[in-house]
Amino acid sequence: MESAAQPVPNPISAPGRPIRVLVAKPGLDGHDRGAKVMVRALRDAGFEVVYTGLFQTPEMIASAALQEDVDVVGLSILSGAHLPLFPRIMDALRDRGLDDLLVVAGGTIPAEDVPELKALGVAAVFGPGTSFAEAVSFLRQHAPTRRDEA
Amino acid sequence: MGLVDRLLASDQRALARLATLVEANDPIGEAAVARLYARTGRAHVVGITGPPGAGKSTLVNALVGAIRRSGRRVGVVAVDPSSPISGGAVLGDRIRMMQRHNDDGVFIRSMASRGRLGGLSLATVGVVHLLDAAGYDPILVETVGAGQDGVDIASLAHTTVVVQVPGLGDGVQAIKAGLLEIGQILVVNKADRPGAAEVARHLREEAHRGGDGNGWHVSVVETVSTTGEGISTLLEHIDAHLIVLKDGLGWTSHQHAAARSEVLSRLRFELERRLTVDPASATGLGGGIDNVAKRETDPATVVAELLAGLGVAPS
Repeated sequence: MESAAQPVPNPISAPGRPIRVLVAKPGLDGHDRGAKVMVRALRDAGFEVVYTGLFQTPEMIASAALQEDVDVVGLSILSGAHLPLFPRIMDALRDRGLDDLLVVAGGTIPAEDVPELKALGVAAVFGPGTSFAEAVSFLRQHAPTRRDEA
Repeated sequence: MGLVDRLLASDQRALARLATLVEANDPIGEAAVARLYARTGRAHVVGITGPPGAGKSTLVNALVGAIRRSGRRVGVVAVDPSSPISGGAVLGDRIRMMQRHNDDGVFIRSMASRGRLGGLSLATVGVVHLLDAAGYDPILVETVGAGQDGVDIASLAHTTVVVQVPGLGDGVQAIKAGLLEIGQILVVNKADRPGAAEVARHLREEAHRGGDGNGWHVSVVETVSTTGEGISTLLEHIDAHLIVLKDGLGWTSHQHAAARSEVLSRLRFELERRLTVDPASATGLGGGIDNVAKRETDPATVVAELLAGLGVAPS
């Protein structure tokens, strides 16, 4: 991956508020170097990143996403277990009423599995060739806008 | 139901959403804090501060466990610095507390300092108020502090716990940095490491000189947060400090000092907001700053003019 693009002022989701991203590594995947690199790239691009670390269950991810009120959930997975895991994660998010989040995935996910993940509600899958700039730009464009009432 | 009503009905999502709005200085957030204010001022706010690497997050996680076992609902606010260049932040404290997910008696919120000095501000205070109104008590506020930066936490928290570790030249630094003045409880974490006993002894010697205005003597607790050693002792000390504050005038005088601090902070914030948001004022401010830079006028004169423009008479 190339180095992060120049940081630009804060994005769309609410004027003057940084986008909050949860980066989680679900399941038994023990390789966190890629996720950590992504976490730092996101920080350098002006995002606030809650990194949950390794071995996250769907419940742990959803609970953190709720309390941290993140705009984006980024799932990093290199173990190949995305197909069994992602439906459970999406269910756990929905069970908590978190159906307006942007969910994206990164790692070694084969192209032929992408349509199935998208059907589950994963908005984008960033494979190994993705540049930081591409991922950052996608998040900025697609992070949900909010209209909160009192 | 609006967000405030849902928060009061123990809806964690409403609490989380309000925290985001408060953090962003959104009018909805500010109105919520105002509406909830009568229900705040109840929780014991405990600051946990200390240099990076002291194991604060692991310590907080262990403390949360002990507090839960005592049957109380606990709130945690973990503050990390924002990058001054990008405005982004890595909020890396929650990673130590991830196993709390099943327990709705715990609410953990990570916050970036967003350029605020000392990491604390109206936003952090506001989120603490939300947790307070939602019934979490105690509320642990974790910040990075190495002396000077720790000052803010001391005005927000009723009890300040300063965490040190052996091997950072701590004994001497602690005294230099005035940590003994802001900390009611000094923790030597990673107490299984060489040098820990010495650091603890050194701190105890310094702490031994007389009690504070509330009759509290600074205590020193050795912990190993990864194993839980010393954690229940630490909690006993935290609870004991609260008793001392409530038995005497300490609690009331803290509430008063905290109120003063919050009102003045909001005053400064609002003033700056008005002067930068209102187009006429912003132009005046911008022009004044340019003239100061060119040495055609001086800051005091510019400020007097701006205040006069807001209808504030000269002193």
